[in-house]
Amino acid sequence: MKSIALFFQVHQPFRYRRYRFFDIGNDHYYYDDYANETILRKVAETSYLPANELLLKLAGELEGKFKVAFSVTGTALDQFQLYAPEVIESFQQLAKTGCVEFLSETYSHSLSALKDKTIFEQEVKQHEQKIFELFGQKPKVFRNTEMIYSDEIGDCVAKMGYKAMLTEGARHVLGWKSPNFLYVNAANPRLKVFMRNYKLSDDISFRFSNSNWSEYPLTAEKFIGWLTQLNRKEEVVNLFLNYESLGGRQPKESGIFNFFEHLARGIVKHPELKFATPAEVLAEVQPVSVISVPHPISWADEERDLTAWLGNEMQKEAFEKLYEMSPRMGRCTDEELRKDWNYLQVSDHFYYMSTKLFSSGEVHSYFNPFESPYEAFLNYMNVLSDFQIRLNSMFPKNEQEQEIAALHKIINEKDEKITKLEKQLTRLQKPRTRKKTTKKKK
Amino acid sequence: MKVLMFGWEFPPHISGGLGTACYGLTKGLAGLKNIDVLFVVPKMFGDEDQSIIKLKGANTVPVSKTQIEFEGTQKKMETIEIKSDIVPYLSEEDFWELKKKRFPAKTRFIQTDNGFKINFSGKYGDGLIEEIKNYALVAELIATENTFDVIHSHDWLTYPAGIAAKNKTGKPLIIHVHATEFDRSGGNINPVVYSIEREGMEMADKIIAVSNLTRNTIIEKYYIPPEKIEIVYNAVDSSPRKHNLNFRKNENEKIVTFLGRITMQKGPEYFVEAAYLVLKKMENVRFVMAGSGDKMTTMIKRVAELGIADKFHFTGFLKEDAVAEMFRLSDVCVMPSVSEPFGIVPLEAMQAGVPVIISNQSGVSEILDHAIKIDFWDTYAMADSIYGLLKYPSMSKHLKKAGKIEAGKMKWDNSAQQVSKIYRDVLIKSNVKV
Repeated sequence: MKSIALFFQVHQPFRYRRYRFFDIGNDHYYYDDYANETILRKVAETSYLPANELLLKLAGELEGKFKVAFSVTGTALDQFQLYAPEVIESFQQLAKTGCVEFLSETYSHSLSALKDKTIFEQEVKQHEQKIFELFGQKPKVFRNTEMIYSDEIGDCVAKMGYKAMLTEGARHVLGWKSPNFLYVNAANPRLKVFMRNYKLSDDISFRFSNSNWSEYPLTAEKFIGWLTQLNRKEEVVNLFLNYESLGGRQPKESGIFNFFEHLARGIVKHPELKFATPAEVLAEVQPVSVISVPHPISWADEERDLTAWLGNEMQKEAFEKLYEMSPRMGRCTDEELRKDWNYLQVSDHFYYMSTKLFSSGEVHSYFNPFESPYEAFLNYMNVLSDFQIRLNSMFPKNEQEQEIAALHKIINEKDEKITKLEKQLTRLQKPRTRKKTTKKKK
Repeated sequence: MKVLMFGWEFPPHISGGLGTACYGLTKGLAGLKNIDVLFVVPKMFGDEDQSIIKLKGANTVPVSKTQIEFEGTQKKMETIEIKSDIVPYLSEEDFWELKKKRFPAKTRFIQTDNGFKINFSGKYGDGLIEEIKNYALVAELIATENTFDVIHSHDWLTYPAGIAAKNKTGKPLIIHVHATEFDRSGGNINPVVYSIEREGMEMADKIIAVSNLTRNTIIEKYYIPPEKIEIVYNAVDSSPRKHNLNFRKNENEKIVTFLGRITMQKGPEYFVEAAYLVLKKMENVRFVMAGSGDKMTTMIKRVAELGIADKFHFTGFLKEDAVAEMFRLSDVCVMPSVSEPFGIVPLEAMQAGVPVIISNQSGVSEILDHAIKIDFWDTYAMADSIYGLLKYPSMSKHLKKAGKIEAGKMKWDNSAQQVSKIYRDVLIKSNVKV
């Protein structure tokens, strides 16, 4: 019996507006509300809502035999609350069926795991809390941003109390091994590792409607055929897709929803296949060996490395400058600053700056609101500069800045006092003039 | 295969964008094994006479024949200079320098910059058209006295010559459009020039445009069927420029440069406005406008009006080695052209390791990845890009490196190869016709 573990990623970044250098220090609002709202509404209507409806139907009709896991980022949830609360409701309905497991990850889909453990832990905790608030589940399995994983990150995740982590079944890591088994972390064997089967996953999410593909058209029967042809001993196939694949990247007209429904019914009916949530897999399947990943991997591009986010000088500068602020952010409790800090970390910003765009363009440009990586970098750095100014005024970096901050504070206080006194003055002046006129009349 | 090429200026008397392109391409073609070029140029400066041959014919036009050898290639290229009364010049300075020499009274000076913008309302009058016709007559004679397979004409002044040669010999004509009247005039079209251009395009067997932008102009404004037009992008000469002038640069100060003619086509006013915006926020930066042109005084006035004259400098026209020096000093080079068929300056800047900001309204933006692209009118975006390049070092570092590599790949040899393929196609097609 082979378990099919189906995972969906739901993520939306907060896109920045065109933030020019004139705005630095003058305007602290960074977001393109129009773009964020229209994009989110569109994705919700073409993908998230109809897909949730389908999954809800499957969960009911297949009598609990259909299982699925979701990895929903904090920034996506924030946007649902702002622009499409009905999506949260439909996820809540799904959660009630008991067929759905929620995974843990960084709140803002950030790269903090690569840089700062304290920030990373903070982010994970914040996400966990949000999931619990909304769906009443405490996640046991962790999925890092963009499937970024290494022995070290795995160890860190294990220490936070997670039982397992999901990552890319990268060829250069697996070698001759198959992704269709459960593995354990090389540094901390208590952490189990799920490997994504990228071939089968991408067949659905990328290639499904590509008429140039030799396997086009892909039918549910064909896909189930591939699953059964796998080695009998292989125990778990991890299919991890972007949720937008249903209805977004693969539009409704391509027949993706029908395909998916037939696939789900076919797997449930099949004697050798079944759906399983990650938690169920952990309970049923024994790990076969250690998987050693000394250098971080991801699920991006051919190389499956970090170069899509941290490949060029610009990305590195932006990344360094961002996390330079983390010690001070650790002490910051200001709500506005914390929110902006979270959204600054979203990995998408770094992705937009990738100069790989020119070579492996297609996938990169699909998600990119900027015309060139240079534009993306300029915009981000301007926002970051403004954020630095705000943080400096709250937590000055050196004596001079401390003094400036103190003076600013005094000026602001005096300003307030002046306006208060002015108001009092005008209030006091009014009755007096009235009195004078009355006196004259007498 | 032998090509009869009607060109324009030619080194040692170096010229603007068109001259550079013409020279680069010819040099590239001379490097190809199966191609011989017979180069015809109007005689320019009068200081290289060697063996003057008088051509018989209606006109007693003195013609000088010289052989030019290109470095690195073994072939010699025959060049014919026609002693025409048209003397091209590039800049005001050139003009005065030329004026100092003696020329016959009827000599006409034509400013050639990128595009031979000619003011017909003035004293030139219809005489210029006559000259062009004379040139065409000589071209006809040259065509009868030489053997060749294809004719190649560069920009409108040489189209009539190309047409005459074609009519005489029946050989296929290729015209090369480096700029159109729409680029030069900014919408104020001279109908005579337009009709010459259009006739050339209609008579041509194939048209080569320097960018998609130019190709579209030819389709939309000259009503030429799209399948007749091929794109061959320009390139940049990779010979390293020497710079002996050793200005020392203030390490703490950044320099942003505009390099080109100060004319409406190049959008200098947008550069000035962007400079003003940047200077409001930044201290240690200077702006340099290098070049000359009819808009220069307007620009100087505007700079004074904005109160940024202490940080904004005009150099006047720069000679080749000064240009190299200017690049060496620059931290950013901006080309905000309103309408630029191609634009070689950014390629030269990139080759010199200077990050560039170019307008989307330039042909060169079609082929460059490692340049910041903006709309020429968007001074906010321009200012923002300048600020970012100066303030955030990694982007400048990246652009320097990637830009140099990218510009290095744009070789005249490649362009020449494309052109030679067009020759072949045209020949095959015309043979079939016959």
